[in-house]
Amino acid sequence: MTDHKLTRHDAAYVARLARIDLTEEELDLYAGQLAVVLDHAAQVAALDTAGVEPTAHPLPLKNVLRPDEPRPSLDRDAVLDQAPAVEDRRFRVPRILGDGG
Amino acid sequence: MTTALRLAAQVRTGAVSAADLVERHLAAIDESDGAVHAFLTVLHDAARRQASEIDDRIAAGEDPGPLAGVPVAVKDNLCTRGVPTTCSSLILDGWCPPYDATVVERLRHAGAVVVGKTNLDEFAMGSSTENSAFGPTRNPYAADRVPGGSSGGSAAAVAAGLVPLALGSDTGGSIRQPAALCGVVGMKPTYGTVSRYGLVAFASSLDQIGPFSATVADAAALFDVIAGHDPLDSTSLDRPAPRSVENLGEGVAGIRVGVPRELVDGVAPEVAARVREAAEVLSAAGATVTECSIPELTYGLSAYYLLAPAEASSNLSRYDGVRYGLRVDGDDVEAMMRATRAAGFGAEVKRRIMLGTYALSAGYYDAYYGQAQKVRTLIINAFADAYRHADVLLGATTPTTAFLLGDKVDDPLAMYLSDVCTVPSNLAGHPAISIPFGADADGLPIGVQVLAPALCEPLVFQVAAVIEEAAPAPAPPVLAASTWTGR
Repeated sequence: MTDHKLTRHDAAYVARLARIDLTEEELDLYAGQLAVVLDHAAQVAALDTAGVEPTAHPLPLKNVLRPDEPRPSLDRDAVLDQAPAVEDRRFRVPRILGDGG
Repeated sequence: MTTALRLAAQVRTGAVSAADLVERHLAAIDESDGAVHAFLTVLHDAARRQASEIDDRIAAGEDPGPLAGVPVAVKDNLCTRGVPTTCSSLILDGWCPPYDATVVERLRHAGAVVVGKTNLDEFAMGSSTENSAFGPTRNPYAADRVPGGSSGGSAAAVAAGLVPLALGSDTGGSIRQPAALCGVVGMKPTYGTVSRYGLVAFASSLDQIGPFSATVADAAALFDVIAGHDPLDSTSLDRPAPRSVENLGEGVAGIRVGVPRELVDGVAPEVAARVREAAEVLSAAGATVTECSIPELTYGLSAYYLLAPAEASSNLSRYDGVRYGLRVDGDDVEAMMRATRAAGFGAEVKRRIMLGTYALSAGYYDAYYGQAQKVRTLIINAFADAYRHADVLLGATTPTTAFLLGDKVDDPLAMYLSDVCTVPSNLAGHPAISIPFGADADGLPIGVQVLAPALCEPLVFQVAAVIEEAAPAPAPPVLAASTWTGR
């Protein structure tokens, strides 16, 4: 896995997963730059970590619970005031389902 | 006697009015920030209003708090209610949060006056503040050089004397690296000691808010104000707020200082020489200084540049054009999201989202993300071993002094290497501070770094104060404002 070279095709796939439209020039640029960074990252890929537990977080946190009591939250109109499009006091978005949906 | 604490004392005793103090700093910002570009927003009216309220409270015999009337700058990835919070990104241009970050509330509660929002690398991703959609900040010590980043605006604002205090955030060195390059004090607290509520998330397991100041005592005072449990941040530690200020004068007699070769050997000779001088200072003050080696630290950068982008790619999925910020129209909702993110994010943010998405994608998750998480464990264990023989560690903050604007913008890996001495503390969640300690032959500031185990902030400040005491007095920067006072 560590000798993997990021191709332009991979970059296009990743951009689609990340929901970012990239130009042809950007795809070429990022494929090259990410390959360099991933080469450096190969340092960690090559380390022997047999039997080592992964760390996701520096604190030994379990679930943090609070009493299930209603509390004030953000004002709805103040929140909607920052939205790009609003209808009937809700966020308005373009069509979500296709023609057949 | 220190800058911010001295000013607060003068305000509290009525020797100086908060209104005059704030007016003087607003005038300095208006006069000097055109050249520095530390600020994205200056809050003239709100700051004047708040200062006059503080003066009213003092006239009424009340105590407005330990930072009464002190002007503070806040990095523009910290939410301020009704005030633009851009993260230096076009995707949030014009967004006004409906709430304040907890640290902003705590500043106000302590009597500090927020005078403006400072420039940063977009979403705190960068080491030079050049990745800002609103233009770079300049290093007050050399206008053609970077201030470091990502909190370059906050560091430059303090360095130029525009404000005595500022807040930044540090995910891989974003407080300590610009502090070193701008010749000011910058400190990253233990993960969980300062609430992240209202800090726009970059990499949630690494991000931490911390202080910038001209002196160690001021940094300790600001840390004491912002630290403490907050139920609004589920990763906030539920323990008593620290009293770092009280330990400041205790010296270092009997303290064991380790100097890891990995934080000295690879850096520029002038920087390494300053670290050795700082070690001699501690030794002369009664500390036991020993060289050591923590080979695992050299893997920190590679692990960091997988973990941080992975977390960022997840965190930044919220910028989808639906609820706030920019929207670029599209035929359906997904086309709208793709077009919005293409137009709203800058090059480095896109690069990191791509890198993180790749590291988390099917087929590569175990080799990259999973492996980096295990290396994170190795680094934490290696620190624990080192701290069996040392109370604190001493090293360089940065491999070089401030580099030229434009020098590394086309070479992401070269830019990432600026963080090599700072990322290990973020991976471990430990506190670390950068203290200005002299300059190179061109007069560019050099910082030395003190690292310590989790929750040892009082010790960090205590050791830093001894180094500061022996450090050469700072020269005024070429872009110094009329309010610059030095240390």
